[in-house]
Amino acid sequence: MDVATILTNSLQAAFGPLAVFYALLALGLNMHFGYAGLLNFGQAGFALLGAYSVAVMSTRYDLPLAVGVVVAIVAAVIFALLLGLPTLRLRADYLAIVTIAAAEILNLVVRSTFATPVTGGTQGISQFSRGFDALAPWDTFKRFDFFGIRYSGKDLWAMTVGWSLVALLCLLTWLLMRSPWGRVLKAIREDEDAARALGKNVYLFKMQALILGGIFGALGGVIYALAVTTAQPDAYQSSLTFFAYTVLILGGSARVLGPVAGAIIFYFLLAFTDNVLNQLTTGTDPILPPEILTPSDAFLLRFILVGLGLMALLVFRPQGIFGDRREVSLDAR
Amino acid sequence: MPADVQAHRDALQALPREVGVPKPDPAIVVDSVTRTFGGLTAVNVDHVEFQRNCITGLIGPNGAGKTTLFNLLTGFDKPNGGTWSYDGKPLGRLSSHQVARLGVVRTFQLTKALSKMTVLDNMMLGATGQRGESMFRALLPGSWRAQENGVRSRADELLERFKLDAKRDDFAGTLSGGQRKLLEMARALMSQPKVVMLDEPMAGVNPALTQSLLGHVKDLREQGMTVIFVEHDMDVVHDISDWVVVMAAGKVIAEGPAESISRNREVVDAYLGAHHDAPLTVEEEDKVLAESEALIRAEEAEHEGLMSETKEPL
Repeated sequence: MDVATILTNSLQAAFGPLAVFYALLALGLNMHFGYAGLLNFGQAGFALLGAYSVAVMSTRYDLPLAVGVVVAIVAAVIFALLLGLPTLRLRADYLAIVTIAAAEILNLVVRSTFATPVTGGTQGISQFSRGFDALAPWDTFKRFDFFGIRYSGKDLWAMTVGWSLVALLCLLTWLLMRSPWGRVLKAIREDEDAARALGKNVYLFKMQALILGGIFGALGGVIYALAVTTAQPDAYQSSLTFFAYTVLILGGSARVLGPVAGAIIFYFLLAFTDNVLNQLTTGTDPILPPEILTPSDAFLLRFILVGLGLMALLVFRPQGIFGDRREVSLDAR
Repeated sequence: MPADVQAHRDALQALPREVGVPKPDPAIVVDSVTRTFGGLTAVNVDHVEFQRNCITGLIGPNGAGKTTLFNLLTGFDKPNGGTWSYDGKPLGRLSSHQVARLGVVRTFQLTKALSKMTVLDNMMLGATGQRGESMFRALLPGSWRAQENGVRSRADELLERFKLDAKRDDFAGTLSGGQRKLLEMARALMSQPKVVMLDEPMAGVNPALTQSLLGHVKDLREQGMTVIFVEHDMDVVHDISDWVVVMAAGKVIAEGPAESISRNREVVDAYLGAHHDAPLTVEEEDKVLAESEALIRAEEAEHEGLMSETKEPL
């Protein structure tokens, strides 16, 4: 077994564009679920809006990247308002139902035939990242090597922008959560009625949190679409939201850096198990012969292993990696 | 005791002990408020006024509608009809947080300590008009830091008064039931309210802490606040109420000073049922027994009759 390859491949994934994407989605969910207690199961919808905003604006309307980003943010705000206006006055579970349904609807709309002239249907849109790549201070076709961890110049540029954005949004979250605004948000998570009885406009705070976290998710979609130069409906299914929740809980919810650590660790583990299983099952004389495990089964097995690992985490460390055990052990009453 | 508060209390003594009696200086006035849940009328109050600067006890048997009335007055529930006002300002159209901002704050029967926040954060949340609660200004700590420091020192003062200062940095979820009641009351005071509505402040509190809680409730009055509280413990009601309003089956059935209430026939009946105090003689017991046996026999006969009817061929 080639341990060095396994490690470099895993580290490459852990910091790659996909980890950035999940970190941004989970940062948004942290705002929703971690701090405000809002069960948003439609984060994939926000990401989709972000990705398609940049893609459509640059391919169909030939507008510069900045316009696409602004449209992405505006679209996220409108989507959040549409979701929040009818549901935020109701019990928490209604928001969960409406968000998951709305994200599904968005997905079906972009892949539908009538929207194909704009969205490209199931094929999606590609080749729209030239404006983004042109901003890179280095050659995006060159390959870069960091102690054996290789990235293309394009990935490196997406990562640079992406991780900077992650840092910026972490700073924003940190600033907000140490302010009285964050205090009210946490109080709403704990008990809405108590916050109301103290004169806080719960509806307004929840709406602000929903919008803000939605914008984080849309920016994740923007970065991811620019990194892979495609916006394609299959990438924004509900499973995306659930992986983002996994990342959040793994890292520790209601912690500023929880989602970031969660994304890095989640992708490291996924790539690690993938590489180990791959090396075990392929080659001229595999350690695990095809009669026991075929390479295609191994690909699926990694999700099972990661799932088991997450279960173990929730049993032995329910607060996540960065959470505070005391907080989780405190019951609602 | 400030002369003003004493004058407000004395003014009550001269009032007739009848339902809906106008108070000399009412803080809260309730007019024909009704609330039904399906077929059940939970609250049906014609007219009641709550005197300013006094402690008014709201009592009544379980299901009398006391908590529902609290919910209605504070905007946590919407009535089927009626009006109510604070200081002449109608509260009917306001939502709960707007009522709280006017200075009418409440506590809850099931204490709502915000478990995963520290005791200090619980307290600081209570302050109203915080500039840093605007999302955009929250990003500029300079714009709210001075106010925040003021709020913190006020919270510390109150925590000291309520003897919770040792728990300042602990999670509220680690407090005992009684300490949570104290915290909830102290937190309500952070908003500098005019009217404090306490829903069963003594429920589940050990006797030692009850005394200290009672002291705090009296303090509220001394500081010029109007206190309305729901309570089941009659000793507590006697001890601190200047005036008592009794509810039963959604209606106000009596009001007056605490001493007059325990002598009130209707109140005693509402709590214990009519004729509860007439002792039964042996003859009467036999009569009751005979009556119920006769009733059972009649029912059985009826039942058998029905059975035989159904046995007939169809």
